[in-house]
Amino acid sequence: MAAELDHAGRPVVVVTGLGMLTSLGQGVAENWRRLTAGESGIRRISRFPVTGLRTTIAATVDYLPLAAPSSAALSQVMADLAAQEAIVAAGLPVDDFPGPLLLALAPVEMEWPQRQAIAAACGTGPVTYADLLRTAGSGTFTRYYERFLFGSVAEALADRFGTKGSPIGTSTACASGATALQLGLEAIRRGETGAALCIGTDGSVNPEALIRFSLLSALSTRNDPPAAAARPFSKDRDGFVMAEGAAALVLESLAHAQARGAEILGVLEGCGERADSFHRTRSSPDGKPIIACMAEAIADAGLSPDDIGYINAHGTGTPENDKMEWLGVSAVFGARGSSLPISSNKSMIGHTLSAAGAIEAAFTVLTLREGLLPPTINYETPDPALPVDCVPNIARPLRVTHALSNSFGFGGQNVSLVFGAVPA
Amino acid sequence: MARERDALITGIGLVSCLGEGTDAHRRALQQFTPVVDAASFAPFPLHPLAPLEFDRQIPKRGDQRQMEPWQRIGTYAAGLALESAGIKGDAALLSRTEMIVAAGGGERDPAVDEAILSALPSAPDPDAFLNERLMGELRPTLFLAQLSNLLAGNISIVHGVVGSSRTFMGEESAGADAVRIACARIAAGQGDLFLIGGSNNAQRPEILLHYQMGRMLWQRPYAPVWARQADGGGMVLGSLGCFLVIESRAHAEARGATVLAAIAAIGTDRCRRQPGDAAANAARQLEAMRGLLDISAAAVISGASGATLTTAEERAFLDGIGVPLRAAATALGHSMEPSFPAAVALAAIAVADGRLFPPLEPAEAPMDAPLRQALVTGWGHWRGEALALVTEA
Repeated sequence: MAAELDHAGRPVVVVTGLGMLTSLGQGVAENWRRLTAGESGIRRISRFPVTGLRTTIAATVDYLPLAAPSSAALSQVMADLAAQEAIVAAGLPVDDFPGPLLLALAPVEMEWPQRQAIAAACGTGPVTYADLLRTAGSGTFTRYYERFLFGSVAEALADRFGTKGSPIGTSTACASGATALQLGLEAIRRGETGAALCIGTDGSVNPEALIRFSLLSALSTRNDPPAAAARPFSKDRDGFVMAEGAAALVLESLAHAQARGAEILGVLEGCGERADSFHRTRSSPDGKPIIACMAEAIADAGLSPDDIGYINAHGTGTPENDKMEWLGVSAVFGARGSSLPISSNKSMIGHTLSAAGAIEAAFTVLTLREGLLPPTINYETPDPALPVDCVPNIARPLRVTHALSNSFGFGGQNVSLVFGAVPA
Repeated sequence: MARERDALITGIGLVSCLGEGTDAHRRALQQFTPVVDAASFAPFPLHPLAPLEFDRQIPKRGDQRQMEPWQRIGTYAAGLALESAGIKGDAALLSRTEMIVAAGGGERDPAVDEAILSALPSAPDPDAFLNERLMGELRPTLFLAQLSNLLAGNISIVHGVVGSSRTFMGEESAGADAVRIACARIAAGQGDLFLIGGSNNAQRPEILLHYQMGRMLWQRPYAPVWARQADGGGMVLGSLGCFLVIESRAHAEARGATVLAAIAAIGTDRCRRQPGDAAANAARQLEAMRGLLDISAAAVISGASGATLTTAEERAFLDGIGVPLRAAATALGHSMEPSFPAAVALAAIAVADGRLFPPLEPAEAPMDAPLRQALVTGWGHWRGEALALVTEA
């Protein structure tokens, strides 16, 4: 590869390791194979009874045994496995990673089984928080205290992989994974480190989390068959499907990677971010923050919109998101918007929430590398208001040089990343 | 580092048991009397938030209703910080103000939890019962009032801060890393104007429950941080919101901002907390800023939580530096995520005044010499060690 510095005189940042697991399975190869075959990981929830719930499906990760199940525990195990795969692939030592950990994860919280265990220890009869407080300090529940510290997952991973400095746990709702990559990119550009371990993980499918999204009317209720529920860009889309998974990306400065002879998988060329002040769960109707976010990412990469050949959409399949994302794309790309391929991984793996930005970034790197665009499945009823080329239903071979990956979240969070193929 | 890329504190928004704003804190610390609520959650004393007129920073009642108290406290403090920096309502500046919020979250509806926990054991089908009650009784807006990143979201909505928005999670370390990243980005030219901070609502049973599971709480009548150690130590939590506006020198000078102090150096790290590990991290951090440190005109504002072993190790380390020290949590309570920003705020106020406030307890020495610098420690009660050097600008 050419210069070690980019168009703005900053270190070029490359991807040298990928690791991933989702409802489609464990490992990058398996995920890519199934994703590009248009397979769905969405299924009926078996983790807990779904009696009385409006939504009874999710793209869960059910194949990992956990000694003490909780969302935090599952998030940690998935992040651990993804990071291990990425670090090994990068050819770096698994216990002495030469840079910081940037971890995207859902807010950590105690769940009902633990709350019930403390309540049970209070004795019989009605239970108040005063009772719980009296009982909690017996020493029996110290493990809950550590497990449900917000910093517990990042600390455990930092310890395990020997990352350097204070690990950062970040939550920017459904943009979290992209935020972790952005933090890593910025740290390398500052010259603070030659490498960064960026992870997004989310194992949030539990009753209360599902019900919360359900009460916000954000989830698809098209429960049968589960694989048909996530319908990004379709006229009959009715919400997203909760999902679990994790991805890890090893970022390095080009100089750092070349010095150790590492294989380069892709280039993280730019990022853009803009917060939205319109509403807690909705985008500004004019789309300005989304437009500015995408435009800034492209400019940060030293490119113009014409250079972008593919968009890995946020594409949740909610009526609102897809409409606003198209508004943004059509504003940034103009007349070219309708012919620019834009597909949604979420049609197959669901919405992996805090992990989505990282998982979809990893898929974007693979898309550029393999010359194959993953499809948007379940695209049967086009929405005339969204004249997109969503790579309907079947993967499409296409060599692309630069791709955009969008992540938008509740709380006005918008982050876009630009990835580039490795120059031949 | 180029002088124009120095990180300066140009705004402070602080609300705590001592009141709101820098002047209220300055006054309260000159004649310190602890503000403690010993009754509401006995036997756990805590520092309650001073009464605030939330309308003053969050004018729309509709916005207030969308927030739980921790978000209201934080949004209020953020407004104060913007006001103090003279940028409140300045859409052009706010559109490129970079925000880093250190957040916990998860305030619950205790009445719903209690009702469900009481009825679950006798429900014929406990799982179905739980689903049904949660579907029926959780307020849809409660979720948004619990989400960690919705403090930042509310600050965007209420105050129009939209340059960028990142939320860090991880107790005390989240607050310290928010300060560190803001300073690093300023030094590297990755931004000129930052709003960083967080909030904590200690007056919640579920918050106390968490730390009580770890047996981290002080359960006797209120005592200051260092005095607690003879009786086993423990944390007294405090409700608090603190935001700082941190700005490059070039940017602050160009807009004629009033500068309170500079953050001349900052380090954060982690360790497994074997005995001596945390002190070794702190010693490395101190060594890295030794060239900037003037021991004769410095004091320490400690973020010590009061938790036993960590506080003892920190005290031994600080005694080795040999400058007067003050434990912020004695006055403010321990506030987790915003505890480090709040300690930096107290340091900035003292440095701006040129003198340290009087001792908060007998274990702290008076300081008569002029104050030009303050070291700020942020050792998490469980993990994470931070050290900053706040100096005259």
